Amino acid sequence: MNLSHREILETVEMVQTLNLDVRTVTLGLSLLDCAQGDSGELKERVRAKILRHAGGLVAAVRSVERTLGVPVANVRLSLTPVALIAGDLDEDGILELAAAVDLAAAEVGLDFVGGFGALVAKGTTPADERVIRSLPRVLAETRHVCGAVVAASTAAGVNVEVVRSLGPILLDAAHRTRDAGGVACAKLVVFANAVEDNPFMAGAFHGPSEPEACIHVGVSGPGVVLGALRRHPAASIPELADIIKRCAFQITRAGELVGERVARALKVPVGIVDLSLAPTSARGDSVGEILMEMGLDRLGTHGTTAALAILNDAVKRGGAMATDRVGGLSGAFIPVSEDAAMAQAAAAGDLTLEKLEAMTAVCSVGLDMIAVPGDTDAATLSAIMLDELCIGMVQGKTTGIRIIPVPGARVGTWVSFGGLLGQAPVMAVRPGSARALLTRGGRIPAPLVALHN
Amino acid sequence: MAEGGHERAVVTVLGEDRIGIIAAVSAQLASRRVNIMDISQTTVGGIFSMVMWVDLAAMTVPLDAMVQEMEELGQRLGLIIQMRHMAIFAAMHRLDREEP
Repeated sequence: MNLSHREILETVEMVQTLNLDVRTVTLGLSLLDCAQGDSGELKERVRAKILRHAGGLVAAVRSVERTLGVPVANVRLSLTPVALIAGDLDEDGILELAAAVDLAAAEVGLDFVGGFGALVAKGTTPADERVIRSLPRVLAETRHVCGAVVAASTAAGVNVEVVRSLGPILLDAAHRTRDAGGVACAKLVVFANAVEDNPFMAGAFHGPSEPEACIHVGVSGPGVVLGALRRHPAASIPELADIIKRCAFQITRAGELVGERVARALKVPVGIVDLSLAPTSARGDSVGEILMEMGLDRLGTHGTTAALAILNDAVKRGGAMATDRVGGLSGAFIPVSEDAAMAQAAAAGDLTLEKLEAMTAVCSVGLDMIAVPGDTDAATLSAIMLDELCIGMVQGKTTGIRIIPVPGARVGTWVSFGGLLGQAPVMAVRPGSARALLTRGGRIPAPLVALHN
Repeated sequence: MAEGGHERAVVTVLGEDRIGIIAAVSAQLASRRVNIMDISQTTVGGIFSMVMWVDLAAMTVPLDAMVQEMEELGQRLGLIIQMRHMAIFAAMHRLDREEP
């Protein structure tokens, strides 16, 4: 195979100056077998299983990133949703289990562990209810543990009872971490149509239809796309799409290779490659900057949704050509605090919650890493979730909500969540209330589009 | 992770041009029995860029250790020296993923 000097240097430049990295290598691990036996011993079984399977994960990742020369930003673990194995554990027992998982994660050097949550789109079990009620303490009192609550799907509709309960839970979690901007809420995602093989946090969990263990990869690389677009300022829209597609191909291939090598070292199968453009708050590593480079003078202005739709589709095309292991969320991410340009646009008032909601109709996730005032009414938080879940339900796509009511903060105050979570200004919510709608309770029926058969 | 067989890697050197760069890099590679198969170099505006295609069949250390040695050599010489397994370039630049 003849690779040219220019091609070699192109890859080097992507890593060296355009922030190409693999955002996450995530080990998906089933805990279903841990559920058998005395639930008092559950945490010992879970802890032992994590140490057994993830003990060599970080060393394997570090070796692969060194030999391939592609940095891996995070090493993570996604677990079976804890409600499926919690049995008759009470809330204190669930908290103890979370603490044991947190400790095991620290011991093996992981950045995050996902899966403290429940699959409740259609209804709840007593275990689901206990896990959801335990979330504020679990998220506030552990360091690495993340939660996901799947409250809606196209097939089942929206579980409004659960959504109504999540508003107060967010406020409680925020209050318990009030000295850190309410950061516990940054570790919880509420989903419609969640995928079972998502490697990205905070919403990763190892779904019940997944294998015993596998290695997922979430790629990154907004900087690479931005760099390529800057070299072609006069490109037409089809040419833009083509440039993005080529970048996505290369980024995906890099991620897939990293995943294959780590999986080989650990002797587990490769799971999926998530074709996502995941930004960081580093300058130039921004999805917002890509959208502006495409031709917006202000991020959030009319036309922003169109630019995002072009970007998102081109990313998928390139990634799907690169690998047959497409999975996870696969698309462009638009987290506000994790993307410097998005956060700036929010601070300038160019990007509002309403515009973000519209953008989520054409890209991979949802309302992500959005700070709102700490005195936002619980019903309003639930209603924000309800709107976003309905977009996912009706569009037949994944949507997630990760929203942080920042204690004591007013609109415009900047909040820092630390590390990859970045910083963001507190954004305004709409006046008024949907409390009466929420208190009607029950479920939003599955939409007509669910009746495929 | 031991590397061997027909595995290949690419060494890239970027920095200010001066006498002895190739000699220093080649000597380090030779000391670990890494065989240089091809070299391409250019100098644009005083910035030296070199690509070396190397064979790892007889290499006496694991690749991750070798990568680190080359980076440290770069630091001593005031250059950016990197070494990567050939597979990453093949994966990113060719539809066909077969490693050379």
